[in-house]
Amino acid sequence: MAEASTREIYGKTLVELGRQNKDIIVLDADVSPSTMTNFFAREFPERFFNCGLQEQNMIGIAAGLAASGKTVFASTFAVFVVCRCFDQLRLCISQPNLNVKIVATHGGISVGEDGTSHQAIEDLALCCALPGFTVVVPADAIETAVAVRAAADTYGPFYIRLSRPKTPIIYPEGYHFTLGKAVTMKQGKDVTIMATGIMVAKALEAADILARQNIDCRVINIHTLKPLDEAAIVKAASETGAVVVAEEHLAQGGLGSRVAQILAKEKPVPMEFVNLGDRYAMSGKAEELLQRYGLTPTDIEELVKSAVKRK
Amino acid sequence: MVSHFELKCTTQPMPKRAFVRNASPSNKFNLSTAELKETAKMLRRHVITMIATAGSGHPGGSLSAADIITALYFRILRHDPENPQWSERDRFVLSKGHAAPILYAALAEAGYFPVAELATLRRLDSRLQGHTDRNLTPGVEMSAGSLGIGLSFAIGVALAARLDSKTYRTYALLSDGECEEGQTWEAALAAAQFNLDNLTAMVDCNGMQLSGWTRDIMNLEPLIRKWQAFGWHVIDIDGHDFDQILAAFLKADKMKGKPTVITARTIKGKGVSFMENNVVFHGKAPTREEAEKALKELG
Ligand SMILES: Cc1ncc(C[n+]2csc(CCOP(=O)(O)OP(=O)(O)O)c2C)c(N)n1
Repeated sequence: MAEASTREIYGKTLVELGRQNKDIIVLDADVSPSTMTNFFAREFPERFFNCGLQEQNMIGIAAGLAASGKTVFASTFAVFVVCRCFDQLRLCISQPNLNVKIVATHGGISVGEDGTSHQAIEDLALCCALPGFTVVVPADAIETAVAVRAAADTYGPFYIRLSRPKTPIIYPEGYHFTLGKAVTMKQGKDVTIMATGIMVAKALEAADILARQNIDCRVINIHTLKPLDEAAIVKAASETGAVVVAEEHLAQGGLGSRVAQILAKEKPVPMEFVNLGDRYAMSGKAEELLQRYGLTPTDIEELVKSAVKRK
Repeated sequence: MVSHFELKCTTQPMPKRAFVRNASPSNKFNLSTAELKETAKMLRRHVITMIATAGSGHPGGSLSAADIITALYFRILRHDPENPQWSERDRFVLSKGHAAPILYAALAEAGYFPVAELATLRRLDSRLQGHTDRNLTPGVEMSAGSLGIGLSFAIGVALAARLDSKTYRTYALLSDGECEEGQTWEAALAAAQFNLDNLTAMVDCNGMQLSGWTRDIMNLEPLIRKWQAFGWHVIDIDGHDFDQILAAFLKADKMKGKPTVITARTIKGKGVSFMENNVVFHGKAPTREEAEKALKELG
């Protein structure tokens, strides 16, 4: 499968947005060569601010700019902008409902060799806990470009999580994206795999494997974790009678928790969860880590079988 | 991706001296300045080999800190590699956690774990994580990797020494980039407030961070006056001159009533011509050819 970098497409999309809208301001915290906001910095140096190693300060500055009418993109690695800055995200951006787009790279354990300190595995729980935030995890580079555009065009706080490594391209150019609307990637009647981010491609792989074993999986990409497409989730659960949720995140508070909360109320069905559980990972190559911590198509396959068995 | 390859690193046996616990000076190695220089070179070679073998890592900030860390482990610190948890040991906190390779090299040569283990840096299941991990590596006092946190931890450790009437010293190594983080200055205020004269901070002032020169990104100067204004005893040195490094540590020991910070002027990538002052090698592994060239330069 062809691969592309979500952070590179982010950098390029920012430049295009910057050309169209002079009120777009970009902030970074000393990692612009990694988040690729350096493309924007090169073209619009007067609208780019490198805040240095000052993530918390950057969020406060972003809030001030947004309160003064700017559309602000603030980027660094996911751990540093979410875990380090949670209070600032809460009181400077969420509560006053300011127009700040947090686009964080290096989400999940696929960060790889840098290890625990650099692997954001709790960011989705934290950001989904912020009232008013829209939380998006694009499944590939194509979806990243449209999600970033949608964020620029939609008032309010956003958290968009991107990856460090290149990821498989699963969408065609010209793919139509709607914030908050889940995408059915593959129809199926026996079970639904609901996935987000890099796990969507793995869910599609798992569905192929399972098809050969006569298990017909529906695959849904839930790119927007908040607001959640409740109707699509309830419909898929009703029609297929079992759900497996896959995410590159801790067990608590991410997509799995959010889907379970809705289905518990609206349509309880057997569910299984593919995630990191309740533990930190370690250094290693991205693929090795995904294998070690149970985030492969095979892991999805096994849990799909167990969900179907419980129907 | 750079594949794993063999780069032979010559290691000469460390000179061993009689080690008397609780005596002073009680660094088991107690190397001479000439020996420290050779040892620093050897540790730098390890850094190159480890990062090249791993295929990722941060050479620049490891090389700039090499001389300070060599001086600490082989002359200054009271420590016992055979007993990493020895309650009387001096504590060394690496706040700039991405410089883990130079700390691992020092710990291995000091005898905390086999030198051969250095080749496992950043591999799955290795005790040598990309950034330091307190749970895994003998001799590592604290997990790090998120910058600007270590000095606060060191304050806690230094306060505990006072509470328990222990004579160990606490050392924390910061980067100049970390002096941009607010928490560093919160810690600076607190250490002075608590009169922590048993705490020595060192700032590896290599003038660079990830995306360029510190002075262009978030100017810290005049850094000495800032630390002084925060209530610290400041010693400004050339961080690659062992005489100055050793003298500064001894001076810090004698200072009563306030914490000491050593602002060590260093060169990022020090010792490898094409890495010196080259921001590209902040967080990039050398290729095989580059590694071989670097090892040659490091004799
Ligand atoms: C809180 C935090 N923000 C960002 C990073 C990413 N990062 C790693 S090293 C570095 C800058 C390195 O510069 P400096 O701190 O001066 O270290 P040195 O030059 O000594 O290597 C950055 C931004 C980080 N590790 N922690």
